[in-house]
Amino acid sequence: MLDGKLLDRHARILFPLPAVVFTLALLVFPVAYTVWVSLTNWNLTTGLPPRFVGLKSYAAVVQDPRFWSAFVRTLYFTGMAVAAETVLGVIWALVLNRNFAGKGIVKTLLLLPLVATPVAIGISWTLFYEPTIGLANWGLRAIGLQGLNWLTDRGVVLPALALIDLWQWTPLIALITLAGLAGLSLEPYESARVDGANGWQIFWHITLPMVAPAVLTGVLLRSIDALKTFDIIYSTTLGGPSFASETLNIYSYNLSFNYFRLGQAAASLIFLFALVLSFSAVVSRLRRRLGV
Amino acid sequence: MKTIARKLLFALLVLLIVLPVIFPLLWILMSSFKTQVDITASPPRWLFEPTLRNFEKVFREQNFLKFFMNSTIVGVTATLLSLALGLPAAWSIARFKQTKLNLLILVARIMPGIALLLPWFLIFSRLGLIDSYAALIMSHIVIGLPLVVWIMSSFFEQVPLEIEESARVDGATRQRTFVEIVLPISSPGVVTATTLSFLFSWNNFMFSQVLSMERTRTLPIAIYNFVSYAEIDWGAVMAAAVVIIAPAIVLTMFFQKYVIRGLTMGAVKG
Repeated sequence: MLDGKLLDRHARILFPLPAVVFTLALLVFPVAYTVWVSLTNWNLTTGLPPRFVGLKSYAAVVQDPRFWSAFVRTLYFTGMAVAAETVLGVIWALVLNRNFAGKGIVKTLLLLPLVATPVAIGISWTLFYEPTIGLANWGLRAIGLQGLNWLTDRGVVLPALALIDLWQWTPLIALITLAGLAGLSLEPYESARVDGANGWQIFWHITLPMVAPAVLTGVLLRSIDALKTFDIIYSTTLGGPSFASETLNIYSYNLSFNYFRLGQAAASLIFLFALVLSFSAVVSRLRRRLGV
Repeated sequence: MKTIARKLLFALLVLLIVLPVIFPLLWILMSSFKTQVDITASPPRWLFEPTLRNFEKVFREQNFLKFFMNSTIVGVTATLLSLALGLPAAWSIARFKQTKLNLLILVARIMPGIALLLPWFLIFSRLGLIDSYAALIMSHIVIGLPLVVWIMSSFFEQVPLEIEESARVDGATRQRTFVEIVLPISSPGVVTATTLSFLFSWNNFMFSQVLSMERTRTLPIAIYNFVSYAEIDWGAVMAAAVVIIAPAIVLTMFFQKYVIRGLTMGAVKG
């Protein structure tokens, strides 16, 4: 009885307490630990105890050309994938934004790539991209083109991986935009039609500004995840051929769990975290400016 | 005449959207019933005699039943614990406008997983918790908890304050009001949060790849290890993919309304 009263009186502290303790233990403490590791020269392969070296690990990371290539690649992959997903997703949403028989089924089908296990998808695309028996090259040859080495050609591998991302995540942008379109008020459309605006003008001046917040939310969610893409790259190329698809996430993973250079790994993780964080801050500000 | 042409054009457009989305999944399903000869044929075979041999291999020789169980145990436990931690926290955040707390828990949503994985690996190694269900489940709660808090706090915000207040006037404690009144009203949100956190746990690869070994190996790791062989048994790999993807898809179809709502929530909420 007594603790029942206690819980009632201090609900605002006791209700969130377990979640806060958990978050402190598994999130805040580990991040603080990572920061500490990043200030040491800890390397598991040497067997020596970690020693405080200040910002030396950061310097080592910044001087590693592989880090900068991975950095540029991360932005390139994310930009390419998310831009294509946004354009395609918005077009899909505009096409589907009307009542028709089977709309429910279409929406369900769009949902399927979003929930399909990414590793299984990556591995399956390895079969599609297989140069001799894969569907992708069969398709290219069918229209008279030469087959590609999708995952082993340095110049092709990143767009090929972005294409997997495009397949899996365009539906998310489409569904988010559809949800945004469903919430629009009809009033501006009626007055625009009275004023004699044509379809293109209506789209450009009314629909687009009104769904922009929804689309931006989709872009934000997608970019945060795309910057951190791991499963699809790791399960298809491991960052190869010769690092040609090594993004920051894969680079940090390799430093941590293949080379065991923990100091440097931690430093590069801090960079990655800063990148994702500053990106979300910029997009959130952009959304606020658009008046959401 | 003109309307029929328009309808046909629209149907064609819809087909142009749906077909590329669905085709790779259908191809995976088809390939899982192919023999190695059919699957390595070039050009690809559209007609073939289906075989169950691949599924037999996956379950008999590769022990997928055990990995399936592991994925289920980890997914269900992590989801239940995420709800146990997240529901009261989300209610408190919504009721008392604890925005800072909200922010703290949501940082997990944008945090790169590896930034946590490296320290976890070091800490769990020291505690002897690598390849334990406990460590794996805790790591999956880190995925589920922010989802529960994000989804549920916005559902709880919509519960009218008067309902809670009248219950309290009648002498009910906050916890009784929460369990008997607030939660039942918000049950669609609970379904959404439950489904999504289970799906995200089911699909997780990175955490399990580092924190699990022989004993606690989950399905995504099992399929990944499968391909590291010199010559890939594509039929069996596709069967393994079906074994992993099918439950996620069945679950999604069952709860599709809730999944769509959960995944697109940010957009409507702004």
